[in-house]
Amino acid sequence: MATTKTFSQRIVHDYFPVVVVLLAVVLVWYGAAWGLNAQGAIERVLDEEAGYTQMELFEATMNMERPLMPAPHQVAADFYESLTEWPVDSPRNLIYHVIVTGQSTLLGFVMGTALGLLLSVLIVHSRTLDKALLPWIVASQTVPVLAIAPIVLVVLGSLGFSGTAPKAFIAMYLCFFPVTVAMVQGLRSPQKIETEMMHTYAASRWQSLWLLRLPAALPFLFPALRVGVAAGLVGAMVAELPTGAQAGLGARLLTGSYYGQTTQIWSALVMSALLGLALTGIVAGVERLVLRSRGGV
Amino acid sequence: MTGSVTPVWFWPGMVLLALVAGYSVYRMASVQGSRWVGMATAALFGVWVVLFWEILVRALDVPRVLLPAPSLIIGSLGDHAPKLWGDFVQTVGKAVLIGWAMGCGAGFLVAVAIDRMPFLQRGLLPVASLTSAIPLVGVAPIAVMWFGFEWPSKAAVVVLMTFFPMLVSTLAGLQAAGKLERELMYSYAASYPRTLLALRLPAALPFIFGALKVNATLALIGAIVAEFFGSPTSGLGFRISTEAARMNMPLVWGAIVVAAVTGSVAYALLVALERRAAFWHPSVREG
Repeated sequence: MATTKTFSQRIVHDYFPVVVVLLAVVLVWYGAAWGLNAQGAIERVLDEEAGYTQMELFEATMNMERPLMPAPHQVAADFYESLTEWPVDSPRNLIYHVIVTGQSTLLGFVMGTALGLLLSVLIVHSRTLDKALLPWIVASQTVPVLAIAPIVLVVLGSLGFSGTAPKAFIAMYLCFFPVTVAMVQGLRSPQKIETEMMHTYAASRWQSLWLLRLPAALPFLFPALRVGVAAGLVGAMVAELPTGAQAGLGARLLTGSYYGQTTQIWSALVMSALLGLALTGIVAGVERLVLRSRGGV
Repeated sequence: MTGSVTPVWFWPGMVLLALVAGYSVYRMASVQGSRWVGMATAALFGVWVVLFWEILVRALDVPRVLLPAPSLIIGSLGDHAPKLWGDFVQTVGKAVLIGWAMGCGAGFLVAVAIDRMPFLQRGLLPVASLTSAIPLVGVAPIAVMWFGFEWPSKAAVVVLMTFFPMLVSTLAGLQAAGKLERELMYSYAASYPRTLLALRLPAALPFIFGALKVNATLALIGAIVAEFFGSPTSGLGFRISTEAARMNMPLVWGAIVVAAVTGSVAYALLVALERRAAFWHPSVREG
Protein backbone atom coordinates (compact mmCIF):
# COMPACT_ATOMS: atom_id res chain seq x y z
CA MET A 1 0.00 0.00 0.00
CA ALA A 2 2.81 2.38 -0.80
CA THR A 3 0.83 4.27 -3.40
CA THR A 4 -1.86 6.48 -1.98
CA LYS A 5 -5.30 5.83 -3.36
CA THR A 6 -8.41 7.84 -3.19
CA PHE A 7 -11.15 6.63 -0.92
CA SER A 8 -13.33 5.36 -3.74
CA GLN A 9 -10.42 3.53 -5.35
CA ARG A 10 -9.69 1.81 -2.09
CA ILE A 11 -13.31 0.73 -1.73
CA VAL A 12 -13.25 -0.76 -5.21
CA HIS A 13 -9.91 -2.46 -4.64
CA ASP A 14 -10.61 -3.87 -1.20
CA TYR A 15 -14.33 -4.49 -1.03
CA PHE A 16 -15.57 -5.10 -4.55
CA PRO A 17 -14.01 -8.59 -4.79
CA VAL A 18 -15.43 -9.51 -1.39
CA VAL A 19 -18.89 -8.40 -2.43
CA VAL A 20 -18.64 -10.40 -5.66
CA VAL A 21 -17.58 -13.50 -3.76
CA LEU A 22 -20.41 -13.11 -1.26
CA LEU A 23 -22.93 -12.67 -4.09
CA ALA A 24 -21.57 -15.81 -5.69
CA VAL A 25 -22.06 -17.65 -2.39
CA VAL A 26 -25.70 -16.57 -2.25
CA LEU A 27 -26.23 -17.62 -5.87
CA VAL A 28 -24.66 -21.02 -5.25
CA TRP A 29 -26.84 -21.34 -2.16
CA TYR A 30 -29.98 -20.69 -4.22
CA GLY A 31 -28.78 -23.18 -6.80
CA ALA A 32 -28.13 -25.78 -4.13
CA ALA A 33 -31.54 -25.19 -2.57
CA TRP A 34 -33.13 -25.73 -5.97
CA GLY A 35 -31.16 -28.88 -6.69
CA LEU A 36 -31.46 -30.47 -3.25
CA ASN A 37 -35.14 -29.70 -2.77
CA ALA A 38 -36.31 -30.65 -6.25
CA GLN A 39 -36.88 -34.31 -5.38
CA GLY A 40 -38.87 -33.50 -2.27
CA ALA A 41 -40.86 -30.80 -4.00
CA ILE A 42 -41.88 -33.15 -6.79
CA GLU A 43 -42.98 -35.76 -4.28
CA ARG A 44 -44.71 -33.59 -1.78
CA VAL A 45 -45.88 -30.34 -3.32
CA LEU A 46 -46.37 -30.78 -7.05
CA ASP A 47 -48.86 -33.01 -8.74
CA GLU A 48 -46.74 -35.31 -10.84
CA GLU A 49 -49.55 -36.66 -12.98
CA ALA A 50 -50.93 -33.29 -13.93
CA GLY A 51 -47.43 -32.17 -14.87
CA TYR A 52 -45.68 -29.00 -13.91
CA THR A 53 -43.54 -26.37 -15.51
CA GLN A 54 -39.92 -25.73 -14.53
CA MET A 55 -41.05 -22.40 -13.14
CA GLU A 56 -43.50 -24.05 -10.78
CA LEU A 57 -40.84 -26.50 -9.68
CA PHE A 58 -38.44 -23.65 -8.96
CA GLU A 59 -41.03 -21.77 -6.95
CA ALA A 60 -41.91 -24.89 -4.97
CA THR A 61 -38.27 -25.59 -4.07
CA MET A 62 -37.86 -22.07 -2.81
CA ASN A 63 -40.78 -22.15 -0.40
CA MET A 64 -40.91 -25.63 1.06
CA GLU A 65 -42.19 -26.34 4.53
CA ARG A 66 -39.31 -28.56 5.70
CA PRO A 67 -36.73 -28.25 2.96
CA LEU A 68 -33.54 -30.28 2.80
CA MET A 69 -31.89 -26.94 2.29
CA PRO A 70 -33.79 -23.75 2.99
CA ALA A 71 -33.32 -20.90 0.53
CA PRO A 72 -31.56 -17.78 1.82
CA HIS A 73 -34.74 -15.72 1.94
CA GLN A 74 -36.45 -18.39 4.04
CA VAL A 75 -33.63 -18.29 6.57
CA ALA A 76 -33.71 -14.51 6.54
CA ALA A 77 -37.46 -14.53 7.14
CA ASP A 78 -37.18 -17.01 10.02
CA PHE A 79 -34.32 -15.00 11.47
CA TYR A 80 -36.25 -11.74 11.26
CA GLU A 81 -39.38 -13.32 12.66
CA SER A 82 -37.59 -14.72 15.69
CA LEU A 83 -36.10 -11.33 16.44
CA THR A 84 -39.26 -9.29 16.08
CA GLU A 85 -42.23 -11.47 16.89
CA TRP A 86 -41.12 -12.82 20.23
CA PRO A 87 -40.01 -11.00 23.38
CA VAL A 88 -36.30 -11.08 24.11
CA ASP A 89 -36.73 -13.43 27.09
CA SER A 90 -38.62 -16.02 25.06
CA PRO A 91 -36.76 -19.17 24.02
CA ARG A 92 -38.09 -18.64 20.53
CA ASN A 93 -36.09 -15.47 20.17
CA LEU A 94 -32.54 -15.99 18.96
CA ILE A 95 -31.28 -13.02 20.98
CA TYR A 96 -32.13 -14.98 24.12
CA HIS A 97 -29.88 -17.83 23.02
CA VAL A 98 -27.14 -15.43 21.98
CA ILE A 99 -27.13 -13.91 25.46
CA VAL A 100 -26.91 -17.33 27.11
CA THR A 101 -24.07 -18.54 24.88
CA GLY A 102 -22.34 -15.17 24.83
CA GLN A 103 -22.25 -15.06 28.63
CA SER A 104 -20.50 -18.37 29.03
CA THR A 105 -18.16 -17.57 26.13
CA LEU A 106 -17.11 -14.23 27.57
CA LEU A 107 -16.72 -15.54 31.12
CA GLY A 108 -14.64 -18.45 29.82
CA PHE A 109 -12.63 -16.11 27.61
CA VAL A 110 -11.76 -13.82 30.51
CA MET A 111 -10.81 -16.74 32.77
CA GLY A 112 -8.86 -18.46 29.98
CA THR A 113 -6.94 -15.29 29.13
CA ALA A 114 -6.07 -14.74 32.79
CA LEU A 115 -4.92 -18.34 33.16
CA GLY A 116 -2.93 -18.13 29.94
CA LEU A 117 -1.19 -14.92 30.99
CA LEU A 118 -0.34 -16.35 34.41
CA LEU A 119 1.02 -19.59 32.98
CA SER A 120 3.08 -17.82 30.34
CA VAL A 121 4.70 -15.50 32.89
CA LEU A 122 5.51 -18.48 35.12
CA ILE A 123 6.88 -20.49 32.22
CA VAL A 124 9.08 -17.68 30.99
CA HIS A 125 10.59 -17.21 34.44
CA SER A 126 11.02 -20.84 35.42
CA ARG A 127 13.19 -23.21 33.52
CA THR A 128 11.62 -26.13 35.34
CA LEU A 129 8.09 -25.24 34.29
CA ASP A 130 9.28 -24.51 30.77
CA LYS A 131 10.70 -27.98 30.42
CA ALA A 132 8.14 -29.92 32.44
CA LEU A 133 4.84 -28.13 31.86
CA LEU A 134 4.98 -26.57 28.39
CA PRO A 135 5.17 -29.90 26.51
CA TRP A 136 2.05 -31.05 28.35
CA ILE A 137 0.21 -27.84 27.51
CA VAL A 138 1.02 -28.43 23.86
CA ALA A 139 0.02 -32.08 24.14
CA SER A 140 -3.25 -31.11 25.82
CA GLN A 141 -4.35 -29.54 22.57
CA THR A 142 -3.85 -32.67 20.53
CA VAL A 143 -6.46 -34.13 22.86
CA PRO A 144 -9.85 -33.36 21.41
CA VAL A 145 -10.72 -31.08 24.28
CA LEU A 146 -14.39 -31.08 23.45
CA ALA A 147 -14.49 -34.79 24.15
CA ILE A 148 -13.97 -33.91 27.79
CA ALA A 149 -16.94 -31.55 27.80
CA PRO A 150 -19.54 -34.10 28.92
CA ILE A 151 -17.33 -35.27 31.77
CA VAL A 152 -16.56 -31.80 32.98
CA LEU A 153 -20.26 -31.07 32.97
CA VAL A 154 -21.06 -34.20 34.97
CA VAL A 155 -18.25 -33.52 37.44
CA LEU A 156 -19.10 -29.88 37.98
CA GLY A 157 -22.80 -30.69 38.07
CA SER A 158 -22.31 -33.14 40.92
CA LEU A 159 -20.26 -30.55 42.78
CA GLY A 160 -23.26 -28.28 42.62
CA PHE A 161 -22.21 -26.08 39.75
CA SER A 162 -24.67 -25.65 36.94
CA GLY A 163 -25.75 -23.02 34.49
CA THR A 164 -23.05 -20.75 33.11
CA ALA A 165 -20.04 -21.92 35.16
CA PRO A 166 -19.44 -25.39 33.66
CA LYS A 167 -19.84 -24.10 30.12
CA ALA A 168 -17.51 -21.21 30.85
CA PHE A 169 -15.02 -23.72 32.20
CA ILE A 170 -14.92 -25.53 28.87
CA ALA A 171 -14.66 -22.25 26.98
CA MET A 172 -11.77 -21.40 29.31
CA TYR A 173 -9.97 -24.66 28.52
CA LEU A 174 -10.11 -23.80 24.82
CA CYS A 175 -9.09 -20.16 25.32
CA PHE A 176 -6.05 -20.53 27.53
CA PHE A 177 -3.92 -22.50 25.11
CA PRO A 178 -3.45 -19.98 22.29
CA VAL A 179 -2.86 -17.24 24.85
CA THR A 180 -0.23 -19.26 26.74
CA VAL A 181 1.72 -20.31 23.67
CA ALA A 182 1.65 -16.89 22.01
CA MET A 183 2.58 -15.10 25.23
CA VAL A 184 5.51 -17.42 25.92
CA GLN A 185 6.76 -16.56 22.45
CA GLY A 186 5.94 -12.87 22.89
CA LEU A 187 7.53 -12.51 26.32
CA ARG A 188 10.70 -14.01 24.87
CA SER A 189 10.65 -11.76 21.82
CA PRO A 190 12.73 -8.85 23.23
CA GLN A 191 16.20 -9.04 21.85
CA LYS A 192 19.13 -9.96 24.01
CA ILE A 193 20.55 -6.46 23.85
CA GLU A 194 17.33 -5.10 25.31
CA THR A 195 17.18 -7.52 28.20
CA GLU A 196 20.82 -6.82 28.91
CA MET A 197 20.13 -3.13 29.01
CA MET A 198 17.42 -3.71 31.61
CA HIS A 199 20.00 -5.70 33.49
CA THR A 200 22.52 -2.83 33.45
CA TYR A 201 19.79 -0.53 34.74
CA ALA A 202 19.53 -2.95 37.67
CA ALA A 203 15.86 -3.44 36.82
CA SER A 204 14.05 -6.04 38.87
CA ARG A 205 12.32 -8.99 37.25
CA TRP A 206 9.02 -7.22 37.73
CA GLN A 207 10.26 -4.06 36.08
CA SER A 208 11.66 -5.81 33.07
CA LEU A 209 8.48 -7.85 32.80
CA TRP A 210 6.24 -4.81 33.03
CA LEU A 211 8.32 -2.32 31.04
CA LEU A 212 9.96 -4.51 28.43
CA ARG A 213 8.49 -8.00 28.05
CA LEU A 214 4.77 -7.25 28.26
CA PRO A 215 4.80 -4.38 25.74
CA ALA A 216 6.91 -6.50 23.40
CA ALA A 217 4.40 -9.35 23.71
CA LEU A 218 1.33 -7.30 22.79
CA PRO A 219 1.52 -7.97 19.03
CA PHE A 220 1.62 -11.68 19.85
CA LEU A 221 -1.20 -11.47 22.37
CA PHE A 222 -3.97 -10.04 20.22
CA PRO A 223 -4.00 -12.55 17.37
CA ALA A 224 -4.07 -15.23 20.07
CA LEU A 225 -7.02 -13.52 21.72
CA ARG A 226 -8.91 -13.53 18.41
CA VAL A 227 -8.29 -17.25 18.01
CA GLY A 228 -9.12 -17.80 21.67
CA VAL A 229 -12.48 -16.07 21.63
CA ALA A 230 -13.54 -18.00 18.53
CA ALA A 231 -12.44 -21.27 20.13
CA GLY A 232 -14.25 -20.30 23.32
CA LEU A 233 -17.47 -19.85 21.38
CA VAL A 234 -17.15 -23.33 19.91
CA GLY A 235 -16.50 -24.68 23.41
CA ALA A 236 -19.51 -22.92 24.89
CA MET A 237 -21.78 -24.17 22.11
CA VAL A 238 -20.57 -27.75 22.32
CA ALA A 239 -20.89 -27.68 26.10
CA GLU A 240 -24.60 -27.04 25.62
CA LEU A 241 -25.08 -30.26 23.69
CA PRO A 242 -24.74 -33.11 26.20
CA THR A 243 -26.51 -31.50 29.14
CA GLY A 244 -29.82 -31.31 27.42
CA ALA A 245 -29.67 -27.58 28.04
CA GLN A 246 -32.72 -25.68 26.91
CA ALA A 247 -30.99 -22.40 26.20
CA GLY A 248 -28.08 -21.35 24.04
CA LEU A 249 -27.22 -21.58 20.38
CA GLY A 250 -25.87 -25.11 20.71
CA ALA A 251 -29.07 -26.27 22.38
CA ARG A 252 -31.06 -24.52 19.67
CA LEU A 253 -29.13 -26.46 17.02
CA LEU A 254 -29.81 -29.72 18.85
CA THR A 255 -33.55 -29.14 19.27
CA GLY A 256 -33.73 -28.09 15.63
CA SER A 257 -32.08 -31.35 14.63
CA TYR A 258 -34.41 -33.40 16.89
CA TYR A 259 -37.54 -31.94 15.38
CA GLY A 260 -36.25 -31.66 11.82
CA GLN A 261 -36.71 -27.91 11.80
CA THR A 262 -34.22 -27.19 9.04
CA THR A 263 -34.85 -23.49 8.81
CA GLN A 264 -34.40 -23.14 12.56
CA ILE A 265 -31.03 -24.91 12.38
CA TRP A 266 -29.88 -22.63 9.62
CA SER A 267 -30.91 -19.43 11.34
CA ALA A 268 -29.21 -20.62 14.54
CA LEU A 269 -26.10 -21.30 12.45
CA VAL A 270 -26.25 -17.84 10.90
CA MET A 271 -26.69 -16.37 14.36
CA SER A 272 -23.69 -18.26 15.76
CA ALA A 273 -21.62 -17.07 12.80
CA LEU A 274 -22.66 -13.49 13.50
CA LEU A 275 -21.84 -13.92 17.20
CA GLY A 276 -18.41 -15.31 16.33
CA LEU A 277 -17.71 -12.45 13.96
CA ALA A 278 -18.92 -9.89 16.50
CA LEU A 279 -16.71 -11.31 19.26
CA THR A 280 -13.57 -11.39 17.11
CA GLY A 281 -14.51 -7.95 15.78
CA ILE A 282 -14.60 -6.56 19.31
CA VAL A 283 -11.18 -8.07 20.08
CA ALA A 284 -9.80 -6.65 16.84
CA GLY A 285 -11.22 -3.23 17.73
CA VAL A 286 -9.56 -3.30 21.17
CA GLU A 287 -6.34 -4.38 19.51
CA ARG A 288 -6.40 -1.41 17.17
CA LEU A 289 -7.11 0.99 20.02
CA VAL A 290 -4.34 -0.39 22.22
CA LEU A 291 -1.72 -0.54 19.50
CA ARG A 292 -2.60 2.94 18.31
CA SER A 293 -2.45 4.43 21.80
CA ARG A 294 1.02 2.91 22.05
CA GLY A 295 1.97 4.68 18.83
CA GLY A 296 2.22 1.42 16.97
CA VAL A 297 0.69 0.37 13.69
CA MET B 1 -5.22 -47.04 52.23
CA THR B 2 -8.83 -47.95 51.66
CA GLY B 3 -11.51 -46.34 53.76
CA SER B 4 -12.14 -42.69 54.35
CA VAL B 5 -9.94 -42.41 57.45
CA THR B 6 -6.41 -41.48 56.55
CA PRO B 7 -3.59 -42.18 59.00
CA VAL B 8 -1.95 -39.26 60.76
CA TRP B 9 1.19 -39.48 58.72
CA PHE B 10 -0.68 -39.28 55.41
CA TRP B 11 -0.59 -35.54 54.79
CA PRO B 12 2.97 -35.00 56.01
CA GLY B 13 3.92 -37.95 53.79
CA MET B 14 2.19 -36.39 50.82
CA VAL B 15 3.97 -33.08 51.38
CA LEU B 16 7.28 -34.94 51.57
CA LEU B 17 6.50 -36.82 48.37
CA ALA B 18 5.50 -33.55 46.65
CA LEU B 19 8.84 -32.05 47.66
CA VAL B 20 10.68 -35.08 46.28
CA ALA B 21 8.65 -34.82 43.06
CA GLY B 22 9.29 -31.10 42.69
CA TYR B 23 12.99 -31.48 43.40
CA SER B 24 13.45 -34.36 40.96
CA VAL B 25 11.73 -32.46 38.15
CA TYR B 26 13.76 -29.36 39.03
CA ARG B 27 17.04 -31.26 38.88
CA MET B 28 16.06 -32.98 35.66
CA ALA B 29 15.14 -29.65 34.06
CA SER B 30 18.52 -28.13 34.87
CA VAL B 31 20.36 -30.88 33.01
CA GLN B 32 21.77 -29.49 29.79
CA GLY B 33 21.26 -31.82 26.92
CA SER B 34 19.53 -32.79 23.73
CA ARG B 35 15.85 -32.87 23.04
CA TRP B 36 15.61 -36.30 24.64
CA VAL B 37 16.47 -34.88 28.05
CA GLY B 38 13.68 -32.34 27.58
CA MET B 39 11.24 -35.08 26.70
CA ALA B 40 12.36 -37.13 29.69
CA THR B 41 11.72 -34.13 31.96
CA ALA B 42 8.20 -33.73 30.63
CA ALA B 43 7.64 -37.47 30.96
CA LEU B 44 8.84 -37.45 34.57
CA PHE B 45 6.45 -34.61 35.35
CA GLY B 46 3.62 -36.59 33.75
CA VAL B 47 4.44 -39.71 35.76
CA TRP B 48 4.36 -37.73 39.01
CA VAL B 49 1.01 -36.18 38.10
CA VAL B 50 -0.53 -39.59 37.40
CA LEU B 51 0.95 -40.99 40.62
CA PHE B 52 -0.51 -38.17 42.73
CA TRP B 53 -3.84 -38.56 40.93
CA GLU B 54 -3.90 -42.26 41.82
CA ILE B 55 -2.90 -41.77 45.46
CA LEU B 56 -5.25 -38.86 46.14
CA VAL B 57 -8.25 -40.42 44.44
CA ARG B 58 -7.80 -43.63 46.43
CA ALA B 59 -6.94 -42.04 49.75
CA LEU B 60 -9.74 -39.52 49.68
CA ASP B 61 -12.28 -41.99 48.31
CA VAL B 62 -13.27 -39.72 45.45
CA PRO B 63 -16.38 -41.21 43.86
CA ARG B 64 -15.46 -42.76 40.55
CA VAL B 65 -18.16 -40.75 38.83
CA LEU B 66 -16.20 -37.64 39.65
CA LEU B 67 -12.73 -38.84 38.83
CA PRO B 68 -11.77 -42.48 38.37
CA ALA B 69 -8.27 -43.51 39.37
CA PRO B 70 -5.77 -43.98 36.52
CA SER B 71 -5.55 -47.71 37.32
CA LEU B 72 -9.32 -48.05 36.81
CA ILE B 73 -9.07 -46.24 33.48
CA ILE B 74 -6.26 -48.51 32.33
CA GLY B 75 -8.25 -51.51 33.49
CA SER B 76 -11.28 -50.38 31.52
CA LEU B 77 -9.05 -49.83 28.48
CA GLY B 78 -8.05 -53.48 28.77
CA ASP B 79 -11.56 -54.79 29.46
CA HIS B 80 -13.20 -52.94 26.61
CA ALA B 81 -10.35 -53.10 24.12
CA PRO B 82 -12.41 -54.64 21.27
CA LYS B 83 -15.19 -52.10 21.77
CA LEU B 84 -12.78 -49.18 21.80
CA TRP B 85 -10.96 -50.58 18.78
CA GLY B 86 -14.29 -50.58 16.93
CA ASP B 87 -14.87 -46.98 17.97
CA PHE B 88 -11.39 -46.06 16.82
CA VAL B 89 -11.91 -47.63 13.40
CA GLN B 90 -15.31 -45.97 13.05
CA THR B 91 -14.26 -42.47 14.06
CA VAL B 92 -10.59 -42.17 13.22
CA GLY B 93 -10.17 -44.77 10.50
CA LYS B 94 -13.12 -43.57 8.46
CA ALA B 95 -14.46 -40.12 9.31
CA VAL B 96 -11.29 -38.37 10.47
CA LEU B 97 -8.79 -39.78 7.99
CA ILE B 98 -10.98 -39.45 4.92
CA GLY B 99 -12.38 -36.07 5.93
CA TRP B 100 -8.96 -34.70 6.82
CA ALA B 101 -7.37 -35.88 3.57
CA MET B 102 -10.24 -34.54 1.47
CA GLY B 103 -10.48 -31.21 3.30
CA CYS B 104 -6.74 -30.56 3.25
CA GLY B 105 -6.41 -31.71 -0.35
CA ALA B 106 -9.28 -29.53 -1.54
CA GLY B 107 -7.99 -26.53 0.41
CA PHE B 108 -4.53 -26.96 -1.10
CA LEU B 109 -5.77 -27.37 -4.68
CA VAL B 110 -8.13 -24.39 -4.46
CA ALA B 111 -5.35 -22.27 -2.98
CA VAL B 112 -2.97 -23.14 -5.83
CA ALA B 113 -5.76 -22.52 -8.34
CA ILE B 114 -6.69 -19.06 -7.07
CA ASP B 115 -3.09 -18.08 -6.43
CA ARG B 116 -2.93 -16.80 -9.99
CA MET B 117 -6.13 -14.79 -9.74
CA PRO B 118 -5.59 -11.65 -7.67
CA PHE B 119 -9.26 -10.73 -7.90
CA LEU B 120 -10.41 -14.00 -6.37
CA GLN B 121 -7.68 -13.80 -3.77
CA ARG B 122 -8.76 -10.36 -2.66
CA GLY B 123 -12.34 -11.52 -2.53
CA LEU B 124 -11.99 -15.03 -1.16
CA LEU B 125 -9.22 -14.57 1.39
CA PRO B 126 -11.13 -12.20 3.71
CA VAL B 127 -14.20 -14.43 3.49
CA ALA B 128 -12.13 -17.56 4.15
CA SER B 129 -10.37 -16.05 7.15
CA LEU B 130 -13.71 -14.91 8.55
CA THR B 131 -14.78 -18.55 8.70
CA SER B 132 -12.22 -19.10 11.46
CA ALA B 133 -14.53 -17.12 13.74
CA ILE B 134 -17.55 -19.23 12.82
CA PRO B 135 -18.29 -22.34 14.87
CA LEU B 136 -18.31 -24.71 11.90
CA VAL B 137 -19.03 -27.79 14.04
CA GLY B 138 -22.55 -26.38 14.12
CA VAL B 139 -23.19 -27.79 10.66
CA ALA B 140 -23.16 -31.29 12.17
CA PRO B 141 -26.98 -31.61 12.39
CA ILE B 142 -27.29 -30.56 8.75
CA ALA B 143 -24.61 -33.02 7.71
CA VAL B 144 -26.49 -35.78 9.52
CA MET B 145 -29.65 -34.77 7.69
CA TRP B 146 -27.94 -34.89 4.29
CA PHE B 147 -25.50 -37.76 4.59
CA GLY B 148 -27.15 -39.97 7.18
CA PHE B 149 -25.97 -41.29 10.53
CA GLU B 150 -22.96 -43.21 9.24
CA TRP B 151 -19.43 -41.91 8.89
CA PRO B 152 -19.90 -39.87 5.68
CA SER B 153 -21.80 -37.18 7.58
CA LYS B 154 -18.91 -36.91 10.07
CA ALA B 155 -16.38 -36.80 7.25
CA ALA B 156 -18.39 -33.99 5.64
CA VAL B 157 -18.15 -31.89 8.81
CA VAL B 158 -14.41 -32.61 8.94
CA VAL B 159 -13.97 -31.60 5.29
CA LEU B 160 -15.68 -28.29 5.92
CA MET B 161 -13.69 -27.60 9.10
CA THR B 162 -10.29 -28.43 7.60
CA PHE B 163 -10.80 -26.81 4.20
CA PHE B 164 -10.55 -23.16 5.20
CA PRO B 165 -7.46 -23.30 7.44
CA MET B 166 -5.64 -25.17 4.67
CA LEU B 167 -6.76 -22.65 2.04
CA VAL B 168 -5.68 -19.63 4.08
CA SER B 169 -2.34 -21.16 5.11
CA THR B 170 -1.42 -22.37 1.64
CA LEU B 171 -2.19 -18.97 0.13
CA ALA B 172 -0.09 -17.26 2.79
CA GLY B 173 2.68 -19.80 2.22
CA LEU B 174 2.71 -19.26 -1.52
CA GLN B 175 3.35 -15.57 -0.82
CA ALA B 176 6.26 -16.48 1.43
CA ALA B 177 8.91 -16.84 -1.28
CA GLY B 178 11.01 -13.68 -1.30
CA LYS B 179 10.87 -11.13 -4.07
CA LEU B 180 14.52 -11.67 -4.84
CA GLU B 181 14.08 -15.40 -5.40
CA ARG B 182 11.01 -14.86 -7.56
CA GLU B 183 12.85 -12.37 -9.73
CA LEU B 184 15.70 -14.80 -10.04
CA MET B 185 13.28 -17.45 -11.32
CA TYR B 186 11.85 -14.86 -13.69
CA SER B 187 15.29 -14.00 -15.02
CA TYR B 188 15.86 -17.72 -15.63
CA ALA B 189 12.71 -17.55 -17.78
CA ALA B 190 11.21 -20.25 -15.56
CA SER B 191 7.63 -21.15 -16.38
CA TYR B 192 4.86 -20.76 -13.82
CA PRO B 193 4.64 -24.49 -12.96
CA ARG B 194 8.41 -24.67 -12.60
CA THR B 195 8.51 -21.66 -10.28
CA LEU B 196 5.68 -23.19 -8.33
CA LEU B 197 7.40 -26.56 -7.95
CA ALA B 198 10.98 -25.40 -7.45
CA LEU B 199 10.51 -22.29 -5.38
CA ARG B 200 7.09 -21.43 -4.10
CA LEU B 201 5.76 -24.78 -2.88
CA PRO B 202 8.95 -25.55 -0.94
CA ALA B 203 8.78 -22.08 0.58
CA ALA B 204 5.16 -22.74 1.50
CA LEU B 205 5.91 -26.05 3.23
CA PRO B 206 6.13 -24.71 6.81
CA PHE B 207 2.75 -23.02 6.38
CA ILE B 208 1.22 -26.14 4.87
CA PHE B 209 2.53 -28.33 7.67
CA GLY B 210 1.24 -25.81 10.19
CA ALA B 211 -2.24 -26.19 8.72
CA LEU B 212 -1.93 -29.98 8.54
CA LYS B 213 -1.11 -30.10 12.25
CA VAL B 214 -3.90 -27.75 13.29
CA ASN B 215 -6.31 -29.64 11.06
CA ALA B 216 -5.41 -32.99 12.60
CA THR B 217 -6.80 -31.79 15.93
CA LEU B 218 -9.74 -29.99 14.32
CA ALA B 219 -10.67 -33.12 12.39
CA LEU B 220 -10.73 -35.22 15.55
CA ILE B 221 -12.84 -32.63 17.38
CA GLY B 222 -15.20 -32.27 14.43
CA ALA B 223 -15.81 -35.99 14.08
CA ILE B 224 -16.35 -36.53 17.81
CA VAL B 225 -18.71 -33.59 18.19
CA ALA B 226 -20.61 -34.56 15.06
CA GLU B 227 -21.31 -37.93 16.69
CA PHE B 228 -23.16 -36.14 19.50
CA PHE B 229 -25.79 -35.22 16.89
CA GLY B 230 -26.68 -38.76 16.06
CA SER B 231 -24.45 -41.65 15.12
CA PRO B 232 -24.37 -45.39 14.54
CA THR B 233 -23.71 -47.57 17.58
CA SER B 234 -19.97 -47.10 17.59
CA GLY B 235 -17.52 -44.24 17.47
CA LEU B 236 -15.55 -42.36 20.10
CA GLY B 237 -18.07 -39.52 20.34
CA PHE B 238 -20.94 -41.98 20.62
CA ARG B 239 -19.08 -43.92 23.34
CA ILE B 240 -18.32 -40.78 25.32
CA SER B 241 -21.85 -39.43 25.23
CA THR B 242 -23.64 -42.72 25.96
CA GLU B 243 -21.27 -43.94 28.67
CA ALA B 244 -21.27 -40.50 30.33
CA ALA B 245 -25.06 -40.72 30.45
CA ARG B 246 -24.72 -44.15 32.13
CA MET B 247 -22.12 -42.78 34.56
CA ASN B 248 -19.59 -45.37 33.41
CA MET B 249 -16.74 -42.93 33.82
CA PRO B 250 -13.76 -45.28 33.53
CA LEU B 251 -14.86 -46.23 30.02
CA VAL B 252 -15.50 -42.57 29.12
CA TRP B 253 -11.98 -41.75 30.21
CA GLY B 254 -10.76 -44.76 28.29
CA ALA B 255 -12.32 -43.37 25.12
CA ILE B 256 -10.71 -40.02 25.86
CA VAL B 257 -7.33 -41.67 26.32
CA VAL B 258 -7.76 -43.31 22.91
CA ALA B 259 -8.61 -39.94 21.36
CA ALA B 260 -5.74 -38.21 23.12
CA VAL B 261 -3.18 -40.80 22.10
CA THR B 262 -4.48 -40.67 18.53
CA GLY B 263 -4.17 -36.89 18.44
CA SER B 264 -0.68 -36.92 19.91
CA VAL B 265 0.56 -39.67 17.60
CA ALA B 266 -0.87 -37.88 14.55
CA TYR B 267 0.81 -34.67 15.66
CA ALA B 268 4.14 -36.39 16.26
CA LEU B 269 3.98 -38.13 12.86
CA LEU B 270 3.35 -34.81 11.12
CA VAL B 271 6.22 -33.17 13.00
CA ALA B 272 8.53 -36.01 11.98
CA LEU B 273 7.37 -35.67 8.37
CA GLU B 274 7.93 -31.94 8.51
CA ARG B 275 11.47 -32.44 9.76
CA ARG B 276 12.20 -34.58 6.74
CA ALA B 277 10.41 -32.40 4.19
CA ALA B 278 11.31 -28.92 5.40
CA PHE B 279 14.64 -29.64 7.07
CA TRP B 280 16.16 -26.47 5.69
CA HIS B 281 13.70 -24.08 7.28
CA PRO B 282 14.92 -22.03 10.29
CA SER B 283 11.89 -22.98 12.39
CA VAL B 284 12.79 -26.65 11.99
CA ARG B 285 16.54 -26.28 12.22
CA GLU B 286 16.43 -24.43 15.53
CA GLY B 287 13.86 -26.73 17.05
